[in-house]
Amino acid sequence: MIGFEVETLIAILLGVARGATPLVFAAIGELITEKSGVLNLGVEGMMLVGAVAGFIAVVATGSPTLGFFAAMLAGALLASLFAFLVLVLHTNQVASGLALTIFGVGVSAFFGLGYIGTPIKGPQAIHIPVLTDIPVIGPLLFGHDIMVYLAFVLVAATAWFLSKSRWGMILRAVGESHHAAHAIGYPVVMIRFFAILFGGAMCGLAGAYISLIYTPMWAENMTAGRGWIALALVVFATWKPGRALIGAYLFGGVTILQLNVQSLGVDVSAHLMNMLPYIATILVLVLISRDETKIRLNAPACLGKPFRADG
Amino acid sequence: MGKLKAALVAATLALGTTAAQAEEPAKFGFVYVSPIGDAGYTYQHDLGRKAIEEKYGDKIKVSFVESVAEGPDSERVIMNYAKSGYKAVFATSFGYMNPTLKVAKKFPKVAFEHATGYKRAANVNTYLARFYEGRYLVGLVAGKMTKSNVIGYVAAFPIPEVVRGINAFTQGIRAVNPDAQVRVIWTNSWFDPGKEREAADTLIGQGADVLNMHADSPATIQAAEDAGVYAIGYNSDLSKFGPKAHLTASVTNWAPYYVKRVEEVMNGTWKGNQDTWDGLKEDMVQVAPFNDAVPQDVRDLVEKAKADIIAGTLHPFAGPVKDNEGKERIPAGSTMSDGDMLGFNWYVEGVVGKLPN
Repeated sequence: MIGFEVETLIAILLGVARGATPLVFAAIGELITEKSGVLNLGVEGMMLVGAVAGFIAVVATGSPTLGFFAAMLAGALLASLFAFLVLVLHTNQVASGLALTIFGVGVSAFFGLGYIGTPIKGPQAIHIPVLTDIPVIGPLLFGHDIMVYLAFVLVAATAWFLSKSRWGMILRAVGESHHAAHAIGYPVVMIRFFAILFGGAMCGLAGAYISLIYTPMWAENMTAGRGWIALALVVFATWKPGRALIGAYLFGGVTILQLNVQSLGVDVSAHLMNMLPYIATILVLVLISRDETKIRLNAPACLGKPFRADG
Repeated sequence: MGKLKAALVAATLALGTTAAQAEEPAKFGFVYVSPIGDAGYTYQHDLGRKAIEEKYGDKIKVSFVESVAEGPDSERVIMNYAKSGYKAVFATSFGYMNPTLKVAKKFPKVAFEHATGYKRAANVNTYLARFYEGRYLVGLVAGKMTKSNVIGYVAAFPIPEVVRGINAFTQGIRAVNPDAQVRVIWTNSWFDPGKEREAADTLIGQGADVLNMHADSPATIQAAEDAGVYAIGYNSDLSKFGPKAHLTASVTNWAPYYVKRVEEVMNGTWKGNQDTWDGLKEDMVQVAPFNDAVPQDVRDLVEKAKADIIAGTLHPFAGPVKDNEGKERIPAGSTMSDGDMLGFNWYVEGVVGKLPN
């Protein structure tokens, strides 16, 4: 067996950040949606739509920035469809969310048909002269792509928004008791609508991270289930943004670790190793669920319940 | 109501007869497991389909259905072809095996061709390419081009087909560079660009400077391009995903086989119960054009080995071959049989680690 070298360690840590970043975006988006009391299971579908929209935009314009904006727009657009269904037509949120995922898979495949195998040049990792060149710490702190940093900013902003800002508290109030919030005079449906849109935009961004940076290409179903992991992360994090970040990095870390163990030739079943990230997720979910108060204190009380102004 | 029904039946019958009387082009159907795209496994099959169209033009009508899931969905598609008067159906994925046989039983007059399977019938043939011959040749390139002597391999599932590819590749590498070793990462998925990317990045992080893969996305090539190391493609020429990184690729060329089988169906000489396993000799396996970075002596080496394999004087698994625990598996003077190759379940010397089972 070959010993770990510093370069290997740096490569592992950079890989963890790349794997975790799309999960952070999608999980934060879903977290805001759920905090408003709406459960949107369409994360995977919105990610795919974002991935294909971002990709098409980059092929058309050559600008990754426009690509990310197009992805957010597409994700939000699909989310608005969901919002219309659950907020106006009062459809079942679980069924509508599942339908959204199936729809997103199909519609992204349809629009992406002409783009399969088209190569693009995605945005590269940043390189700040002097700083990035510092051994070990340089690449770890200053050697990621811009979205990795934005993910941290997003988490900090979301944490602040939810706990400190007026609108954040209103959002939580709507999620905790929509009737009370309505009685005080807050526009419940409107707030939920924007929360769903925000969730869609973040999922779109997560998808675009995969199709523009992680693996710069378009292929059907390329998110390969990461939307579901993001959904699980929200519960895993007990609806706290900081914990969602930790969860995403933990998941990314276990994934990369198992790949490293495999390639070093350690005698452990690859199947078992591949299960590890999922086992870790389930384990934490079980541990959290044991503590009932934790769930009860943080889970929005009105999560998944439809709201009728007259009710 | 009764009259209307009778009229409808008559109309349908009349339509049917006119259609049958007109000289209709013979119809051939293809079933694809993934979208055609412009690179990869299904793309190569579609090139074969286009070769038939080019050759026969208006005399035949060739249709295809892409992204057909293995299992019941594929049975419906195959059944639909057979019912609609198609002369032959090409089912191009392993998981279409049982659906193909099931439909074939009901339509004994239709010719069925199933890629990569092992069950045949009076009207079902199977065909497969000797991918491993191509893997051996690109292994020679990898062995010559590596400087770190660590070569990475992103692999889908630990099944004999994939293991055979890893071993043939390693045999090629070790033929020119006995110090090199191959490290394998299993993704347990035929298609997960994200995971393939992670696996490729991991291998590069551990010092691999040439990568090869057995999975359906070009993520490995992209990872190599971004990291400034080399990579080797599979199925299709993937150079556009990494113009600097892509050294060459082992490519599958189904066209000659498809043209041959269609010709047989057209002139009535097609027979079932045949198994085809063609390679470099029949041009079913090819090596993609080389990157400028590959020096002339390496290209010559590949050409020479290719000629020797075609002539039968070189076999990627000619003894003595040891497994990676040092046990002799193929004694000197003998070569591995086709049957043993089809069931490959051990690593040759030079591959790091233990095969998952």
